[in-house]
Amino acid sequence: MTLDETLARLEEIVARLDEEQMELGDALALFEEGVGHLREAAGTLADAEARVQKLTELANGAFELEELDD
Amino acid sequence: MKRRRGVIPPSSPESPSLFDAHAASPTSDARSYEASFADVYEELGEAFPGASAGSAIAVSTLTQTVKDVVEGAFVPLWVRGEISDFKSHRNGHWYFCLRDRVSQIKCVVWSRDQRGIPAAPDDGMQVAALGQLGVYASRGEMQLTIRRIEADGDGLWRKALELTRVRLEADGLLAASRKRALPRYPRRIAFVTSASGAALRDVIAVLRRRAPGVELVVSHAAVQGESAPLEICAALDRVYRWGGAELVIVGRGGGSREDLWAFNDERVARALAASPVPTISAVGHEVDVTLCDLVADLRAATPSAAAETAVPSRDEMLLGIAGHRRRLVDSIEDRIAQPRARALDASRQLVDAVSRRLTDRQAALATAAGRLHALSPLATLDRGYAVARRMDGRRLASVHDVAEGERFSLRLRDGQVDATASAIHPSSSVAQ
Repeated sequence: MTLDETLARLEEIVARLDEEQMELGDALALFEEGVGHLREAAGTLADAEARVQKLTELANGAFELEELDD
Repeated sequence: MKRRRGVIPPSSPESPSLFDAHAASPTSDARSYEASFADVYEELGEAFPGASAGSAIAVSTLTQTVKDVVEGAFVPLWVRGEISDFKSHRNGHWYFCLRDRVSQIKCVVWSRDQRGIPAAPDDGMQVAALGQLGVYASRGEMQLTIRRIEADGDGLWRKALELTRVRLEADGLLAASRKRALPRYPRRIAFVTSASGAALRDVIAVLRRRAPGVELVVSHAAVQGESAPLEICAALDRVYRWGGAELVIVGRGGGSREDLWAFNDERVARALAASPVPTISAVGHEVDVTLCDLVADLRAATPSAAAETAVPSRDEMLLGIAGHRRRLVDSIEDRIAQPRARALDASRQLVDAVSRRLTDRQAALATAAGRLHALSPLATLDRGYAVARRMDGRRLASVHDVAEGERFSLRLRDGQVDATASAIHPSSSVAQ
């Protein structure tokens, strides 16, 4: 899951928990999932460091990402 | 001597030439036509071709000679005039006249030279054209072979842009409904630009500052010059086939109109429109809008602005995540609160119901006990009656149940009396 998807899912969960009628059991399951996404997103941001790479295509058609020092 | 000023330095009067002789001819009214050339003929000798009817030269020799002389004498020149009689020939070449109020000259643009001209000019356009003067020998006509045309007010650039824009629009590529929302938290952004350009450094600086853990993947292309359009197309295609980017930025820093022209190339615009992920066009310019700007999902004024727009700052994101956490906890607590209240309520009702039922049973028990007591023979004894029993325990229900002199017992409320039947009187005899 990308960070964008994780956060989008998190927002959806928050909105549903805020607004929708549902069984308590379902709500608790959603809450648990939401907490997982929260943890994941916060973790991703914690070790975030901007990286710059250059995309090159090799002769065999494979792609290579090469660190670019600026 | 009347002479037009021309780009060829006029020969000095001390060294007359064929041109001078011809130019001088209108003034020679006193002498005969031939006589006016006499001194030149004398100088050249009478044996040169064309000097007499007998040595007359062919037309093609003349036009070829003119061609050689004219083409050797002129360097390419910018010529100003108005376009007229423009025709695009089936073979791809353009033909037109360049004219002013006095003169006109035929012009041609070979199809291979048209790449350097933004669009075909229209009749009536005021232009400056760079061309080599030549002679079309088989017709004996002068002709300018044009390689560049600049119209007043950037008319050709605007025309070219407009023509391409209309084609893109016809294909629906500019429709507002095509615009996609950018991913709000992209992790991998592809940047199609020059790996050595200022635009890349600017974008990296913005990402480092905002540092939201974004990976920038550069797909290199020359962003100006003749190869730029195809290189940009190839760099975009590389990003699409790689498939790892959530967002594509294409752009470069500011420059002249010619520098930025690759971003007005129809092939580039179409390649950008074909992106499977959202796109930002970031060509450094302020006034003009490029076709890439129109086709992209978002236009940024500069690459830095594109980077700012593409990624939220980490602080903003952490705040956002804290907000989600609060809402998540609040809403689950809200949800738990009601069931908890209901459970509490239910248990209270249960206790109430049980205790009420218990009280009822106790009351019923008391009533039952009372009724039981009322029916008990002991109650009869309470009211002063006695129960008589024979010695064998049988109750005396009739005078016939006992014989005279027989012993029996009387059960009273508070004890027993032993008795003897001294006399027996059946009821009727009692009554009589």
